[in-house]
Amino acid sequence: MILFENVSKKFGSTLALDEICLEIKQGEFVFIVGPSGAGKSTLLRILTREIQPSFGKVKLGNIDIIKIKDKDLPILRRKVGVVFQDFKLLDDRTVFENIALALEVLDKNDQDIKKLVEHICKLVEIWDKRNLFPRQLSGGEAQRTAIARAVVGKPDVLLADEPTGDLDPKTAWGVIQLLNEINSWGTTIIMATHNQEIVNTLKRRVIIIKNGKITKDDKEGKYELH
Amino acid sequence: MSRTTFYAKRNIRRTPFQAIAASMVMFLTFFALTSFLLLAAGSQATLRFFESKPQVIAFFKEGTTDSDISTIENALKQDPRVINTKFVSKEEALKKYQRDNKNDPMLLELVTANILPPSIEVSTKNPEDLSAIAQILTKEPVIEQTFIPKDVIRNLTYFTTTVRLIGSAIVIFLLIFSLLIILMIIGFKIRIRRNEIEIMRLLGASTSFIRNPFILEGVFYGLIGAILAWVVSYGILWYFTPFLQGYLGEVRLLPVNPYFMLILLGTNLLIACFVGALGSFGAVRRYLKI
Repeated sequence: MILFENVSKKFGSTLALDEICLEIKQGEFVFIVGPSGAGKSTLLRILTREIQPSFGKVKLGNIDIIKIKDKDLPILRRKVGVVFQDFKLLDDRTVFENIALALEVLDKNDQDIKKLVEHICKLVEIWDKRNLFPRQLSGGEAQRTAIARAVVGKPDVLLADEPTGDLDPKTAWGVIQLLNEINSWGTTIIMATHNQEIVNTLKRRVIIIKNGKITKDDKEGKYELH
Repeated sequence: MSRTTFYAKRNIRRTPFQAIAASMVMFLTFFALTSFLLLAAGSQATLRFFESKPQVIAFFKEGTTDSDISTIENALKQDPRVINTKFVSKEEALKKYQRDNKNDPMLLELVTANILPPSIEVSTKNPEDLSAIAQILTKEPVIEQTFIPKDVIRNLTYFTTTVRLIGSAIVIFLLIFSLLIILMIIGFKIRIRRNEIEIMRLLGASTSFIRNPFILEGVFYGLIGAILAWVVSYGILWYFTPFLQGYLGEVRLLPVNPYFMLILLGTNLLIACFVGALGSFGAVRRYLKI
């Protein structure tokens, strides 16, 4: 489903990714781990075509991410949901409106938007917070809102870049359980993290990146800090 | 489309002072445009009126006899260049004066038939013949003064050309100025909404989804400015119509034809849409890298 073939990315003279070869199948839950600056976020940003790799080939299903024209980028991005460490919610919109935005860009009608947003809000347990603004939410609630926004359009893949980075351990576990549930619907999840406890408890596929290279790719891997 | 309108409305509502500033600049531009168009159309119509009436008016001296007048009138009728002559007695001159100034009792009180000289109005086939006829009449000892609208036409032509030139220059300057203001305001709005746009892009928003509300916003400012300018111009013209009617005398320009005003409104709206859309499009191209 997702294919990286000899992908390298240079920022000036710095090599962020070095000949990455990787294949991720539909429905997998993959942890991308490694120290800060290893290239985890770069890998995810290539998948949304926020940045272009310097060399190599990247495919998502039938879409060639390198060759896709700018005007066709929305087609790619509607297949890929993204969750960030800092949530990236719009401060002047309520929880409901933040989630609805993802459906508005898909040109859904108001009735469908209302129905789908209600459904996802109940699933991620923020329905009672739907009229609150992001500044009125706790970290966990904000991240649940961000996840709801990312998945309400039913993307094939969910990219989560350090989604638990700003959360306390208990809240972080709540978010991970939610991601696990979303994965059970068939959505591929690629999560960049350096949370050792979460990675080792979930026992999912672990890809370790160091200095832009994949150093380890285990089906039921572990992550040890050393 | 409805979502585009919704987003455009929200953009406007969120920054009301910028919206007012943009609309006011557009108002100024379109007020100038409407005023100059009205002035140009008015002077052009006045010019046409005088051009369509090639006429020499010769005023007789005090004490001119009826036989002197008949001699001159007969001589003029013999001239092939002349198509019509009309004698205007003191009494007729007074009636005409009273008709032209019926709204001003002060002016009517001051004038009697005695102070108005009798005159003869001579129409020619070609306006070029007016000078020759005037020269013949000037040589007559009973003629006090001749008047031909040639000077009026020359002055009006000069005035019309000047209005067009200065008006065009000012309007072009203001249109460019408005274009830049719209570009600057929409550009500023794009910059302050950078995060939101970035998120929309990541959520898979199409270019038109992000761009169209900004373009619609620019068009809205243009339309508001144009409509306001038209209403204010029409209001001012309507208010001053009685005064101007007296001033223009025989030249029947006012009250202005409502059909003409509707065409003017339509022209304004078209230009407003174009300027607003162009300014916003420039801002989108410059600041919105999608």
